[in-house]
Amino acid sequence: MKQSEKSYTGYYFLIVVVILYAIVFLINPIKISESLNFTIRIFKQIIPLFIIIFGLMVIINQFVTPKRISKYLGEEAGIKRWFIAIGAGIISTGPIYMWYPMLKELRKKGVNNGFIATFLYNRAIKPPLIPMIIYYFGIKFTVILTIVMIICSVIQGLIIEKEVKI
Amino acid sequence: MNKEFKQSLIKSWRSIYNLLPVLIGVILLISLVNALIPKAYYSKLFSKNIFLDSIIGSGLGSIMAGNPITSYIIGGEFLKQGISLVAVTAFMVAWVTVGIVQLPAESLILGKKFAIMRNLLSFLFSIMVAIVTVFIVGLI
Repeated sequence: MKQSEKSYTGYYFLIVVVILYAIVFLINPIKISESLNFTIRIFKQIIPLFIIIFGLMVIINQFVTPKRISKYLGEEAGIKRWFIAIGAGIISTGPIYMWYPMLKELRKKGVNNGFIATFLYNRAIKPPLIPMIIYYFGIKFTVILTIVMIICSVIQGLIIEKEVKI
Repeated sequence: MNKEFKQSLIKSWRSIYNLLPVLIGVILLISLVNALIPKAYYSKLFSKNIFLDSIIGSGLGSIMAGNPITSYIIGGEFLKQGISLVAVTAFMVAWVTVGIVQLPAESLILGKKFAIMRNLLSFLFSIMVAIVTVFIVGLI
């Protein structure tokens, strides 16, 4: 998917929502006032979090590239490779389709499907977004969810390694 | 300014900027739904059965796609509306691990069997992760 196509989808969605607001405004303007107050409240809560998220994204983007990850995932072996797949998945950034070509190349080099699946599952854990999840769900929930997801990523990797051969 | 730092600054800004229309749209939509639909309706949609709620949550999360931030905001607001934590967790985990929208691209590049198996397992795991996480959170 091209970047521009992706951006337009977002704008189309926003336009549909604005049209919905216009329709509801004609029927019941009080509900629109309530909705906008609610929107402002959510924005006030999340804007400071976005500043932290942006800072963390800058740090990670500086050090993590598909090329660097490919190097580690392709070279390491044994149990260490599982840790690399977990770590690489967690710190990888950007849209998923950006990583598919790298994963295809890795498979050609002999990296098995299990590591690729583990890598993809761990993309769900994003350090820059942790402040947001902590804000909504608390530290205890965030830590437990992260640990459970990492364990599941390895189980999923092992199943796929066994079931889907290269 | 260091070239690499400048590039990562631009890349990060672009990620946030591309996210903005969807994020603003989702927040506006949540606010509208919040104003229009009474809270009691949500408790009708979710049964309070731990398995059924997590399946509904995972199903919803699987068909929706986008940045995880959006799922946290929707999930957090769902929770405030009285939807169970297990359903919300399943929703968020499925949102980020199951990719129905990306399935054609994933099949094409990484193979049909791999893509289907990975997404199917991710769906089942989202239910399991939600139940296990909420169970442990309740214990500690």
